[in-house]
Amino acid sequence: MPTKIEKDAVSGRDTTGHEWDGIKELNTPLPKWWLYVFYATIAFAAVWVVLYPALPIRGATGLTGWTARGAIQQEMAERAQQQAPVLARLREATPQQIVADPEMRAYALAGGRVAFANNCAGCHGAGGQGAPGGFPTLADDDWIWGGKLDDIKTTILHGIRNTEDDAARSSIMPRFLADGLLKSAQVNDVAEHVLSLSGRAKDAAAAQRGAALFAENCVACHGETGRGNREMGAPNLADQVWLYGGDKASIVHSISYARAGVMPAWGARLDPAVVNMLTVYVHALGGGEAE
Amino acid sequence: MSRIDPKGVAPQEEGSLYASRQKVYPKAVQGRVRRAKWAILIACLTLYYLVPWLRWNRGPGMPGQAVLVDIANARIFLFNIEIWPQEIYFITGLLVLGAIGLFAVTSLFGRVWCGFACPQTVWTDLFMWIERRIEGDRNARMKRDAAPWSRDRFLRKLAKHAAWLAIAAATGGAWIMYYQDAPTLVASLLTGGASLQTYFFFGLFTGTTYLLAGWAREQVCTYMCPWPRFQAAMLDENSLVVTYRAWRGEPRGKAKAEGVGDCVDCRACVHVCPTGIDIRDGQQLECIGCGLCIDACDEVMTKLNRPAGLVAFETLANLAASNAATASVAPGPVRQVCGMKARQPVRFSRPRTWLYAGVLGGVVAVMLTAFVLRETVTIAVLRDRAPIYVRLSDGSIRNAYTLKLGNRSRPEAALTLVLDAPPGFRLAVQEAPADAQGRPVLAMQRESLTQWRVLVTAPRGATLPESTPVRFRLLGADGATAVDERSVFLAPK
Repeated sequence: MPTKIEKDAVSGRDTTGHEWDGIKELNTPLPKWWLYVFYATIAFAAVWVVLYPALPIRGATGLTGWTARGAIQQEMAERAQQQAPVLARLREATPQQIVADPEMRAYALAGGRVAFANNCAGCHGAGGQGAPGGFPTLADDDWIWGGKLDDIKTTILHGIRNTEDDAARSSIMPRFLADGLLKSAQVNDVAEHVLSLSGRAKDAAAAQRGAALFAENCVACHGETGRGNREMGAPNLADQVWLYGGDKASIVHSISYARAGVMPAWGARLDPAVVNMLTVYVHALGGGEAE
Repeated sequence: MSRIDPKGVAPQEEGSLYASRQKVYPKAVQGRVRRAKWAILIACLTLYYLVPWLRWNRGPGMPGQAVLVDIANARIFLFNIEIWPQEIYFITGLLVLGAIGLFAVTSLFGRVWCGFACPQTVWTDLFMWIERRIEGDRNARMKRDAAPWSRDRFLRKLAKHAAWLAIAAATGGAWIMYYQDAPTLVASLLTGGASLQTYFFFGLFTGTTYLLAGWAREQVCTYMCPWPRFQAAMLDENSLVVTYRAWRGEPRGKAKAEGVGDCVDCRACVHVCPTGIDIRDGQQLECIGCGLCIDACDEVMTKLNRPAGLVAFETLANLAASNAATASVAPGPVRQVCGMKARQPVRFSRPRTWLYAGVLGGVVAVMLTAFVLRETVTIAVLRDRAPIYVRLSDGSIRNAYTLKLGNRSRPEAALTLVLDAPPGFRLAVQEAPADAQGRPVLAMQRESLTQWRVLVTAPRGATLPESTPVRFRLLGADGATAVDERSVFLAPK
């Protein structure tokens, strides 16, 4: 208890009796009810500790049994219940039916966006921008395995060149130099010819020589004009989009050692409704082809 | 007659760090200030309770309440005005206006807000009126409270708290009516069909009204409210504040005594004070400027055949002038005349008040301009950042944009989208029909936000700068531009 309470000469009020180096504190009493409110908060805290998980002890959940984890699970369950009817419709419908129904389409685009960010953006980039080295841009109009709704859905369901799904899209390009099918000079000629398909050849004579080799070795998959074959996943060599680089060195490397991208099958991992939403979303990124 | 004076809210117990509350028993009073307070009280409460019941026809599917804060749909309705969340600055502007208005009024007339219009004061006044109707005036209440519990005391207290709770419930109910449709809300509250959330807020506002106006009263003003703590910064010596003209009243003495001032020390001013202070002690934090002490003193002065205005709305400058002029004049009628003569007209025109008026006018002008120029159709263009651009198989470059169109109050509209860009740029909108000229037509329902994905492709083989400015324009039915928004078209380096 402070003992040196005295009356301050200027204000005429008592001091608290506290003194520090000659500085005294005037007593400005707190209203008592304010103090009681403070006690009430302590009582509230005590009740809280009993009712709610407040102690850092495993299993100390409090009498109400409430937990943050349980609350979020309940919310998630409620949300899932709300979504269930729409998801059921999205599961049953074909992608074409979804696109035709504005409400389902809007839902699929929103849901597809999230599913894409969770599952696809790792390789294909946000917004389907793709990445160099074999991760195709999904927002352009160039498709290796087809850009119609059904093509996209099949690719998502079964993936490409994976070992987990028998129905995966699959094709193998020979390693023309590594396996001795072509010699180094021949590879160079074929590359010049490939460049000429998109109007970029520098060495006309080599391109001429390459044309014959191309006809012999490549047309079975890539077609006579190099426009590719979607059935076999053979890319169009006559356009301006290059998955593995369109400069000559990259093309020479592709011919010499072949390229083969791999994509997992998502049919076993994702709900059919999510696959449908992803299909519609990817189709709407900007490159989707009409039926 | 025994007098029991409240000791005021200032601490009295020696040495204690905590002060007990001294219960205040304000006496009823009649007079000009009291009448003004009643008028303001009736006006404020009528407005508060009736506004939610005003109807306003906004057409089918829209709320029919004139003033409504629709939290679920994120809209504020004020008669024919509709505020969207992105226009919340209008509400912020109103609050800023309120704050500056408060500053301006305080610098002119002191704490008139606190004393006359503050909800705490208005509801406390109403609760005190009920208290007097049931328990009697000051002396009767003090006597009853001092006596042991009796049947009479119990019944009166019961009736008082029941009446308070009823008003509090009406107050809490009226508050939530600003957030939900009033008739529907009342019906659901009465039938027990309202949501738990509604009952919670109903209970919360009922409880706080009952507690603050019935029990806490002056404690709110003295200890909880921040405004009294800094309102002194708005006041100067030319502000009208409730003051005791000490030059006229002192020294206090009996009415018939010789050589004393006009104050007969009857303590009427103290007895009517709702915060339990003595105005004769000068300007105090606890004084809410309600002026009831003016009425009380005027009544006494009139009875004594002395001029009214011993306690009055007066400026500190005039107080000082009167004080100086009467320093050598003996107490009495001459002193009164002499002191009143020394007064100057109140200076309302001061740099401070002009500053507040200027800021107030500036904010009003900005808000009015913003309001008049506000668009009912809004457009926002979000350029895709991933990918920044797409190279198509024919080598041309394409950018994608998301167009967000808001239609705030117009009826349904179908607007034609055109692109201002260098020649050859093509525009395509997914899922939008085209007009006769092949331009996309974007349909908007009223009260809606719609979103469109727009693809812009540069001509094949064109040499593009890294960034090309473009402009999206929406044409109304008359072919004139309704809204437009600039953006850029990005291409590889």
